Amino acid sequence: MSDNRSTPSQRKGLGGPGRGFGGGPGGHGGINEKAKDFKGTGKKLLKYFGEYKIAFTFTIIFAVLSTVFTIFMPKILGEATTSLQHSFETAYMTQSPIQVDFDYIGKIAITLIILYILSASFSYIQGFIISGVSQKITYKLRRQISLKLNTMPLKYFDSITHGEILSRITNDVDTVSMSLQQGLTQAITSVTTIIGILIMMLTISPVMTLIALVSLPLSGILVSIIVKLSQKHFKNQQVFLGNINGHIEEMFSGHTIVKAYNLENKSISEFKNINEKLYKTAWKSNFLSGLMMPILQVVGNIGYIGVAFIGGYLTINGQLNIGDIQSFIMYIRQFNQPIAVTAQIANVFQSTLAAAERVFEFLEEEDEVPEAENPVKLNNVMGNVDFDNITFGYNKDKVILNNINVNVKAGQTVAIVGPTGAGKTTIINLLMRFYDVNEGSIRIDGVDIRDMTRSELRKIFGMVLQDTWLFNGTIRENLSYGKLDATDDEIIAAAKAAHCDYFINTTPEGYDLVINEEANNISQGQKQLLTIARAVLADTPILILDEATSSVDTRTEQLIQKAMNNLKHGKTSFVIAHRLSTIRDADLILVMKEGNIIEQGNHQELIEKQGFYYELYNSQFDKVS
Amino acid sequence: MKNKKQYLYYLPLCLLVVLFIYIQVTADLALPGYLRDIINNGIVPKDMGIVAQISLQMIGVAVIGAVGTIFASLFAAIIAAGVAKNIRADVFEKVEGFSFAEFNKFSTASLIIRNTNDIQQVQMFIFMFLRMVVSAPIMAIGGIQKAIDTSGSISWILGVSIPASLVVISLLMIVLVPLYNKVQKYIDGVNKVSREQLNGIRVIRAFRNEKFEEDKFDTANTVLTRTNIMLNRIMVMLFPAIMLILNFMQLAIVWFGAKAISENSMMLGDIIAFINYAMQVMFSFIMLTMISVILPRAAVSWKRIRQVLKTESTIKNVENPLKDLADKQDFDIEFKNVSYSYPHATEKVLDNISFKANKGNITAIIGSTGSGKSTLINLIPRFFDVTEGEILINGKNVKEYDLEFLHNMMGYVPQKAVIFSGTIESNILLGKQDANKEEIIAATKIAQAEEFINDKEAGYESEIAQGGTNLSGGQKQRLSIARALIRKPAIYIFDDSFSALDFKTDKALREALSPYLKESIAFIVAQRVSTIINAQQIIVLDDGKIAGIGTHKELMSNCNVYKEIASSQLSEEELRNV
Repeated sequence: MSDNRSTPSQRKGLGGPGRGFGGGPGGHGGINEKAKDFKGTGKKLLKYFGEYKIAFTFTIIFAVLSTVFTIFMPKILGEATTSLQHSFETAYMTQSPIQVDFDYIGKIAITLIILYILSASFSYIQGFIISGVSQKITYKLRRQISLKLNTMPLKYFDSITHGEILSRITNDVDTVSMSLQQGLTQAITSVTTIIGILIMMLTISPVMTLIALVSLPLSGILVSIIVKLSQKHFKNQQVFLGNINGHIEEMFSGHTIVKAYNLENKSISEFKNINEKLYKTAWKSNFLSGLMMPILQVVGNIGYIGVAFIGGYLTINGQLNIGDIQSFIMYIRQFNQPIAVTAQIANVFQSTLAAAERVFEFLEEEDEVPEAENPVKLNNVMGNVDFDNITFGYNKDKVILNNINVNVKAGQTVAIVGPTGAGKTTIINLLMRFYDVNEGSIRIDGVDIRDMTRSELRKIFGMVLQDTWLFNGTIRENLSYGKLDATDDEIIAAAKAAHCDYFINTTPEGYDLVINEEANNISQGQKQLLTIARAVLADTPILILDEATSSVDTRTEQLIQKAMNNLKHGKTSFVIAHRLSTIRDADLILVMKEGNIIEQGNHQELIEKQGFYYELYNSQFDKVS
Repeated sequence: MKNKKQYLYYLPLCLLVVLFIYIQVTADLALPGYLRDIINNGIVPKDMGIVAQISLQMIGVAVIGAVGTIFASLFAAIIAAGVAKNIRADVFEKVEGFSFAEFNKFSTASLIIRNTNDIQQVQMFIFMFLRMVVSAPIMAIGGIQKAIDTSGSISWILGVSIPASLVVISLLMIVLVPLYNKVQKYIDGVNKVSREQLNGIRVIRAFRNEKFEEDKFDTANTVLTRTNIMLNRIMVMLFPAIMLILNFMQLAIVWFGAKAISENSMMLGDIIAFINYAMQVMFSFIMLTMISVILPRAAVSWKRIRQVLKTESTIKNVENPLKDLADKQDFDIEFKNVSYSYPHATEKVLDNISFKANKGNITAIIGSTGSGKSTLINLIPRFFDVTEGEILINGKNVKEYDLEFLHNMMGYVPQKAVIFSGTIESNILLGKQDANKEEIIAATKIAQAEEFINDKEAGYESEIAQGGTNLSGGQKQRLSIARALIRKPAIYIFDDSFSALDFKTDKALREALSPYLKESIAFIVAQRVSTIINAQQIIVLDDGKIAGIGTHKELMSNCNVYKEIASSQLSEEELRNV
């Protein structure tokens, strides 16, 4: 029952057949996305192919050769039939038993066998090459996205949903990969087939070719009528499918309220209403798109009959052989399919370019501000932190921190307080250079943090966030994330300091316990302790701590408190504080409201000031009259 | 399925589909026969009259075939969409009746997928099955029959080529399917690593582990690429292999046909007709193997849908349930030795809880996360049923009350505000469908929601997006409180509903609310001691057990757990002041 693979909110999660083995029937008529910059994206994509020029050339050569051989086959096989016809005619004229020219037919058979084998091998070889190339290009795209993730500013990630980025790594890259794998080959073979068959048909009989071709515009017109008709229903179907999925998602997610307020009947009747509309558009669009094949078939059959009739006439007049009719019929049969494919390929390439464009857009997103040219390296960090007249806003035109000055001396504890949404994490973002200040500077031991490399700066800070991020791996791996080359002894010592050694040892696997993907096989409090241990192991001169708002059970809570105090000991620390004790004991309190630091000082000073802090502090304890 | 009739309705339509497909196939199979006749009776004897006559007949047959196809397609579309519609509705109604136990068992996300994607899969399967798979066996049998009729002596060629293609396809499938599953797994792996990286981006950068993450992604990416190349390189064998078989089959027909001709047992037209039949037969067998591609996916979906349909809600009405309170003036709720544990879990979430709540009183519940606070209050509206003990309203077990009546008695505000798409007003009205404007305004006033609603251009008519994404957390919570207030319920349940509000709003709301609670019983789950300091009764939960029960003052003197919580939130001075 594990179906966390795709949630319905994902862009391509719902509606319509998934991409599987070649996508279901009636893939036409769907709604297509288009690339904004058709040419530019196409060029960029071509550049990716550039590296594999030779492979692509071979693919094309083999595809064309294989197709050409295939095209010759009916013609040659037809010659065998013609030879039989001549034997018949001779026998008819001489009134003697039929003498089949087995020597001649045998030669044809040998030629054909060679062609069959060559064609099949070439076809396989080109498939083999293109499989490798397309997957390697896909690999490269994915890798570039992954590398890009690490060079982009956090601003980007804060402004776009994770789902959107993930969809580029998977859906969009997959779309590109799929059409590389299949689309390209299909395009080459289809075009070659169309041209080749045309030539072959013309050499057999121009008149019959004309008849066969007359059926083409006819089927073209019919197809476009059907597409037009079904497009409307397809769009509606998409809309109602979206509506019904939205309703389902909403009602199931809000099941508590549906139950508590007896809304089941209201919800069901609304559902039935949409469901009925969906049904009506669904069968219509399915029916209409299902008409495509039979109609093409009828047109094909009429062509077939026309060929039989005219062919018969020409043969009787001695202008044509029966073998020609046979090969001609085979050609007509082969002719329709590549035309249908070519028509669809235009759509495929369009959505491919749209997908490729999204990937390239991502890869071309702005990178972080480059590092300082001659970066300063701090060796013995004391831990003095100064905010010197800083101004900052997440948007350039909306400044939230205005001319802020804060001086923190080595070893001090700074508590950051304020109501929810007051922007307490802004301070972390600036200290860690997840964002850069607009004006002014932040200095550590007198050095502007922008004069250090980001890596050197982050070496100075240890961070324990409320959002405990642990990954799918063992506890040992997760702890050593703070110091990748940590020895086992160091890891255990850190775990002891963070009071998590005990609980780790109570699990049967101990330090090798694998934290599962949802990280729900250990409790919230235990996760908190592990992230503290991780910071202990990193052993940094300055700390950033985020106290949990929702408390874990009382005993773990006390352990966390103790572990944090162990960690803080003697170090400069910035604490996003929720506990009164932390706030009161802090050397400096920064009071934040609507993004700005509006007051600073210690507890006593701020209370005496009777400002926002005073109000905030007292509203916690106001009686209900 | 509760209503089999609506499915039976599609049975005659299915028969019609088969009938029309039969017509279509017969017509398709007849064409090569006419072609043979043109050759044998027209062209070879050089009789143009017969050629023309047969050609006209062929057009007639082609048109009949087309009509068959169109109608088959029409009915197939109606059946597929109709059956999907019914299943979709059945699943939805079923799930709407589910209790929380079933939601927990399946998970909400899974239920959504079962009701949406899985049903689409089934619909697609039905359509494809009716359109393509049904015609394949008819075509195959008819084609073989015709081929044998045309020339029995070379029919053995079909006997070789059909099994040969089946063997090739199944051999490839045996290799491909596990590879395909592997690829799926590795795609999940790449997704997992990417998701992890996105979620942990701050931590990764803080610990300067970008390189470590790059390597992790690269490992997943490499495995995926390698497997994908292998899969594709095997997959591209399929087409050339099948083509090879088809080509050899044609050659064999001509070669052995020639032999038969030289022995006078076959006519020239027969060879051409035979090739046509043979190709049709082969295509239908290839079509049949399509089932092996689409069937497993649809089967998985169908299985998942069945699981939902076969599950019965564990919380149902008793026979002749109570639809009224015995004494409306004075009522109470009593927990008697209540315990609760999740199905299959050994540990109890709630352990032996007993207390009584009276009209006009507030019962507050406090304790750490995971101590069972939410579970406790969710037992009252029977979102879950107790495992042991009983909950009594006016001395009657909650299980004896009609569920709809029980829910109508309550104003429930969940921890995480649930707001539906629509307007602000439509959301509040969910509490009381026939409320008038004054009632709405009164409720929003108490809920401290009036100000932000009036600030909006469209006021009460403001559109709300799905999931209430265009409202802040605090605004959603206030609407959700207004929705409960408008019911003027006998029982209020606030499941940690005030934490999303800032201290000031929390305070103002509680002040406005308190006169309304006089006629009701109120349960308030809270994180902040200040929220519940004046409650008549505070229940302190620790690890599913009652650690203390009483007023703030009493608990400060006799309950250590409570003291710890309070002292972490309030100052010494404040603690003394009470």
